[in-house]
Amino acid sequence: MSSSDIAILAEGLGKTYRSHTALHGIDLSVPAGTVLGVLGPNGAGKTTTVRILATLVQPSAGRATVAGHDVVRDSREVRRRIGLAGQYAAVDELLTGRENIVLLARLLRFGRRGAARRATELLERFELTEAADRPVGTYSGGMRRRLDLATCVIGDPEVLFLDEPTTGLDPTSRAVLWDIVRDLVAGGVTILLTTQYLEEADELADRIAVIDAGRVIAEGTPQSLKRQVGNEFLEITVARPENLGDAVAALSGLGGRAPAVDEGARRVSVQLGPDGLDEVARAALALRDKGVPLADFELRRPTLDDVFFDLTGTGRKEETQ
Amino acid sequence: MTATATTIRPARSGGALTGHLGDTLALAGRHLTHLRRSPGRLILVTMNPLVMLVAVGYLFRNSMQVPGHVAYEDFIMAGIAIQVGLTGVGPTAIGVALDLRHGLVDRFRSLPISPVSVLVGRTLSDLFVGAVSLTAVSLVGLAVGWRPHEGVLRTAAGFAVLLAFVYVMLWVGILLGTTQKNVEAIDGTGALVLVVFSFLSNAYVSVGGLPGWLRPVAEWNPVTSVITTCRRLWGNDPAGAAGTGFPSQHPGVVTAITLTALLVVAVLGSVRGFRRAVGR
Repeated sequence: MSSSDIAILAEGLGKTYRSHTALHGIDLSVPAGTVLGVLGPNGAGKTTTVRILATLVQPSAGRATVAGHDVVRDSREVRRRIGLAGQYAAVDELLTGRENIVLLARLLRFGRRGAARRATELLERFELTEAADRPVGTYSGGMRRRLDLATCVIGDPEVLFLDEPTTGLDPTSRAVLWDIVRDLVAGGVTILLTTQYLEEADELADRIAVIDAGRVIAEGTPQSLKRQVGNEFLEITVARPENLGDAVAALSGLGGRAPAVDEGARRVSVQLGPDGLDEVARAALALRDKGVPLADFELRRPTLDDVFFDLTGTGRKEETQ
Repeated sequence: MTATATTIRPARSGGALTGHLGDTLALAGRHLTHLRRSPGRLILVTMNPLVMLVAVGYLFRNSMQVPGHVAYEDFIMAGIAIQVGLTGVGPTAIGVALDLRHGLVDRFRSLPISPVSVLVGRTLSDLFVGAVSLTAVSLVGLAVGWRPHEGVLRTAAGFAVLLAFVYVMLWVGILLGTTQKNVEAIDGTGALVLVVFSFLSNAYVSVGGLPGWLRPVAEWNPVTSVITTCRRLWGNDPAGAAGTGFPSQHPGVVTAITLTALLVVAVLGSVRGFRRAVGR
């Protein structure tokens, strides 16, 4: 890294469109070689933040430097050092995987032969060699994302922006993509990735910034954030409505708060305390003692909804079946 | 997969100009590959004028009246040829709009290349489409009886004017594609441009054959000047077919001025529209 150890620095980034304000002063700081997960619901301002940092959109307020260069004044220098994978795989469907990489490599001035060499290398690295000469229109969603990511790293960027890289992918493709991202990080790349999945941020990010309505509402390591959000939830669904009372009694005293009851869904849920496993065992025993027939008994991790509920006290969606 | 960083670095050789040229050619190559994989666009842009050539120039030729002693097959050729340019507006605009919508342009924009390269690259490949289409139209024209009468050089000059017209129309298409998001609206606008500008000109009949109040409109329609310029270069122009006003006396001057003005406006508007569309 050239001058400092901070690869991405945003100070008071604001963006106002004609009718609304998308960003109300975003501050971010990402040390070189680390991963920042930007977490937030649709419309929170994640994409706008990424587009500003990737020089595609001009901020209305504040400033940002990426890889040591100002995104507004030195946008060209920034562009030479970044890769951007947008929400949709930005690959050309009519071209083959190889042609996609060669085209972008040529635009990065690799020259004809350099571009061909780089394409072969990246196709191999992203496990696309077999499909290399098929039009991308025939690729699966996971393959497209892999190709998209391959085209992002052609120029060995110092900083990568991944905007919801696994939205819409099946779990297997998601896991493959996560491996690729870890590999890139091991190679020294700084990554800012946005996601709606707490799990994804948890898997990949060194630090997480939670954005809601154009503001950073929490920032920290996944551990600290989860501690803030709390522990897992135990959720049970009883087979018959008349057993709800017994179930609530069995779950009372677990965790810190009283159990929440959803009568329509015949469901009782309670957030567990720090010794979660113990409490699960106690709950199971109590339910057996009372002879409550169960339809479901599950542990649920805190979701993004829980994060927002916890951080803002609002925004938790009504659970509907 | 390995985590080893690769050692190949972008070789930023050559001057800025050759660099931009390389970018432009690489992007034009992308569109040419598209054409190879999905030749529908080439066929559309060629078929439309050919159908008009056969329908009007061949089937209706005995009912069409043109002043003077010019065969209708000769008369209509330039009028058909300009349709190659007008027909191309819609498809070019749609191509640009789809690229913008798809996020591919975001990728190009996050590279250190000029937005002008992205747009010029498209016009180069689309100009190739226009040239192929013009060739096909000329060959069919020759088959149904069109003949240039003024020698090779003036015949070639006529085609040069047509290619210039096609190129300017491509930029009009790009302007449409960068400023209008809705693909259906673009399609409709393209069709409207084709009908209005070709029928309100001297493409099929002489200006004198139009209703009186429309004559000045047709006379000053830039398409009329392009057609008249070509007809005169090819020896296909009956006296009075372009009306009696200033454009009929100086079709070359009107063509040069209007095409240049249109090109400047369309290029500036397109680059601006492109930046805006990406900056949303």
